[in-house]
Amino acid sequence: MDDLLLQVRQGRPRAIARLITLVENSETAAETAVTALYSATGQAHIIGITGPPGSGKSTLVNELAKEFRRQDRRVAIIAVDPSSPFTGGALLGDRVRMRDLAGDTGIFIRSMASRGSLGGLAEATAGAVKILDAAGFPVILVETVGAGQAEVDIANAAHTTLVIEAPGMGDDIQTFKAGILEIADILVVNKADRPGADRTIQALELMLHMGEGSATRHHGRLLSTPDNGPTADGAWQIPVQATTATQGKGIPELVVDIQRHYAYLQASGVWLEREKERSRRELERLLQARLLRQLQVTVAPDRREALVTAVAAREMDPYTAVTELFAHLSPSKQAGA
Amino acid sequence: MTEEQRTPRILIGKPGLDGHDRGAKVVARALRDAGMEVIYTGLRQTPEMIVEAALQEDVDAIGLSILSGAHLPLTERVMALLRENDMADVPVFLGGIIPADDLPALEALGVTGVFGPGASTEEIVALVRGAVERG
Ligand SMILES: Nc1nc2c(ncn2[C@@H]2O[C@H](COP(=O)(O)OP(=O)(O)OP(=O)(O)O)[C@@H](O)[C@H]2O)c(=O)[nH]1
Ligand SMILES: [Mg+2]
Repeated sequence: MDDLLLQVRQGRPRAIARLITLVENSETAAETAVTALYSATGQAHIIGITGPPGSGKSTLVNELAKEFRRQDRRVAIIAVDPSSPFTGGALLGDRVRMRDLAGDTGIFIRSMASRGSLGGLAEATAGAVKILDAAGFPVILVETVGAGQAEVDIANAAHTTLVIEAPGMGDDIQTFKAGILEIADILVVNKADRPGADRTIQALELMLHMGEGSATRHHGRLLSTPDNGPTADGAWQIPVQATTATQGKGIPELVVDIQRHYAYLQASGVWLEREKERSRRELERLLQARLLRQLQVTVAPDRREALVTAVAAREMDPYTAVTELFAHLSPSKQAGA
Repeated sequence: MTEEQRTPRILIGKPGLDGHDRGAKVVARALRDAGMEVIYTGLRQTPEMIVEAALQEDVDAIGLSILSGAHLPLTERVMALLRENDMADVPVFLGGIIPADDLPALEALGVTGVFGPGASTEEIVALVRGAVERG
């Protein structure tokens, strides 16, 4: 493992790939790897790309990566697709749209299945993101299909979140999913070559302006503000950027938005706030997982099963059952009670 | 949450210039339905692209679909690149239209299995799973 970790720090692709697999499959490997690499992380700008299926996320990631490469920045890409809840299998097809990136040693692409783990997307990608960060990639792009919890998870894991919409899915505000303004740092209307793109842009802008009176706080910052330029308190204003990913149109402008957001995060101190928020969630997630594992080790399976049966038969309520289970985990509390 | 559960990861790619990926997609779906994670790389891949993807994705097996007739040189190149990258232990399967006469040559190149157009998806899944579990 030590050798592998060293090679990861040197940015060797084979080692990076192997370590991601190990971390993906084993809690123990994750612990070893993160313990060793953590101090080398925190350098990368993590950019989430989310949006409805087929909106052009992968095509856009391909173009964004090319634009970052023009600036001579190395780019890592994590493309997440859902696992089948029935078979556990997954079809990971995002690479099909990223063929332009082949043969460039400054690019590393990894497809991942969501695997429906306890912590969801955050848990699935957290390890891979840290490995790529420690391997020295200054830009990490994470693509996920915007569906329910996944897009919230990605917003929590990323510094900058792009929400991709495409025209032709109806043009009024109701068609955008609730909550996208809480998630998006940048709104992208892709497929701007398609009819109706203007109306999609207008609808999104209207939505932003409606939010202006009751600007909500997200990660401790104001979400939407009127007109151009930062407001008096320097809040971030969500831009709406039109792109035609298939023709590379709007991509340099989008990268400028991304870099403006990065500068804003740094200057405002929001970067640190987000890192703290992310760390808090990560600690909670790890603690939950460890408590659960501890429980499985300390309480015999038949005892656990007996409690489940008792709750199902209404002989015991679930709170009492959990209190009993918890007593096994916290002897001091038990003694003090 | 169990330790060390490894979901097999399989790369399905189409090297060469022919434009049909129906067969490749059927196989990709069958492997997915059998509980594997399938990385599908699409049409017109060069051997370099395939091996680079296999390396980054750290796959347990590679499936190549070749209908163009160029299976011998393409496979030879893929196998050479795998060796160069210290990945000679990754099993490689071939599907497509492959004359029986070429089977010994492919075997000599180190190909693990060849499926003709008549192979059932059950057969393919079983062979891939077997190879991955041996590895
Ligand atoms: N007309 C047009 N088509 C586009 C544009 N961007 C992407 N597409 C097409 O839209 C389809 C889906 O693109 P992808 O990049 O695979 O979309 P995605 O959001 O990654 O899809 P999933 O990962 O399956 O959710 C492809 O056929 C693309 O060629 C665009 O700007 N204009
Ligand atoms: Mg995609």
